[in-house]
Amino acid sequence: MISRRNFLKRTALGIAGASLPLAAFKIIDAKKLLAEAAAEKSSAVRWVFLVDTYKCVGCGMCVKACKLENEIPYDANVSRTWVERYVLTKTGKLYADTPKAARDGFTTAKIDLNADGIKDISKEGIEKAFFVPKLCNQCENPPCVQVCPVGATYQAPDGVVLVDRTWCIGCGYCIMGCPYGVRFFHPVYHTAEKCNFCYHRITKGMKTACVDACPFGARQIGNIKDPNDPVTKVIRDQRVGVLKSEYGTKPQAYYIGLDEEVR
Amino acid sequence: MKNHVFRPLFVVIGIVILILAVRVVYVPKDFGIGERGYMYGWHRENNETDWKKFRVKYQGKEYCKDCHPDKYNSINGTPHKIIQCENCHGPAIDHPSDPPKLVIDKSRALCLRCHFPLPYPTSGRSKIRGIDPDKHNPDIECSTCHNPHNPMEGLR
Repeated sequence: MISRRNFLKRTALGIAGASLPLAAFKIIDAKKLLAEAAAEKSSAVRWVFLVDTYKCVGCGMCVKACKLENEIPYDANVSRTWVERYVLTKTGKLYADTPKAARDGFTTAKIDLNADGIKDISKEGIEKAFFVPKLCNQCENPPCVQVCPVGATYQAPDGVVLVDRTWCIGCGYCIMGCPYGVRFFHPVYHTAEKCNFCYHRITKGMKTACVDACPFGARQIGNIKDPNDPVTKVIRDQRVGVLKSEYGTKPQAYYIGLDEEVR
Repeated sequence: MKNHVFRPLFVVIGIVILILAVRVVYVPKDFGIGERGYMYGWHRENNETDWKKFRVKYQGKEYCKDCHPDKYNSINGTPHKIIQCENCHGPAIDHPSDPPKLVIDKSRALCLRCHFPLPYPTSGRSKIRGIDPDKHNPDIECSTCHNPHNPMEGLR
């Protein structure tokens, strides 16, 4: 039998105990707090890319520089970046090509349609024509990272998606997962390969190799967290578009002069 | 319970302990959830450093300036000033120590990257003066007549 005194005592204790918030039992981890503070500091940078398609002349110097800078075998038909040519005829047909990823530029009016042959379009037949440089969008929600089963590809605190060559098992999920087709297997390392905004350059205060190689200023890189960055100003104040926004990947390569034909 | 029930249980426990032991040895110490959370940040932290250590090859125009001021200044007075030295001369890497000599691309194809006329209305390409490579002195290098650092020098 429980006495009245004990009943009241235990009830009071029980209520007092139950009213304690769960947070009171949480052990404060100094390491975790420090990591959070560090995260706040390092996230002062978020790299983004800006492409002006009006300025691009299709010289392909960016592709050449990228391949040499990032040690992508020069003659292998893979590239971290490439330039696409779009030609719309007055009859409403669309032709697009990127011979050798535009490594050697566009030095002919003939359009290389691979298995469909070569198409020569006269000057009079052209309605719209332009070049679109492509590279990794360093998505805010990168699908390629989500599908990696081993944690070999990840997003750095500054937004750049990197691949750990020592950890990649070469399953190729990320290559299929990328809606932009920017990933491929490195012919030498046999691991997933992608544009990383020349991580070794941007973290030293340099520009990417493609940005430096472009004579026309069609490519620019910037920090969107810096309100005074010229790239941030353009993205904020002008009309820019992104590729395949319907996928919800939040791509961070912005384009000036994008057209609906650009895929 | 009987012995034959426990024996496989011990085997299973042994396998689990073995896997955990291998995991401790095999998974690098710095492997973990990065600042981008479980979904996007799961990685080996030192890989960021590995990528930062990657060798820079393209050094930029200013790298050439001090030793080749004549070339640097002559091209800067022409429309070609927007072109980086390394676009034609190749990446400097650690020149002059490595490589001691750069290989210059003097091919017609290099010039045609910009100077093959493509009349694309909304591209800067249509504003660049072009030549028909089949009619404009085929078979000789462009630099035979045109100094790339001052293309119309002595020709006007």
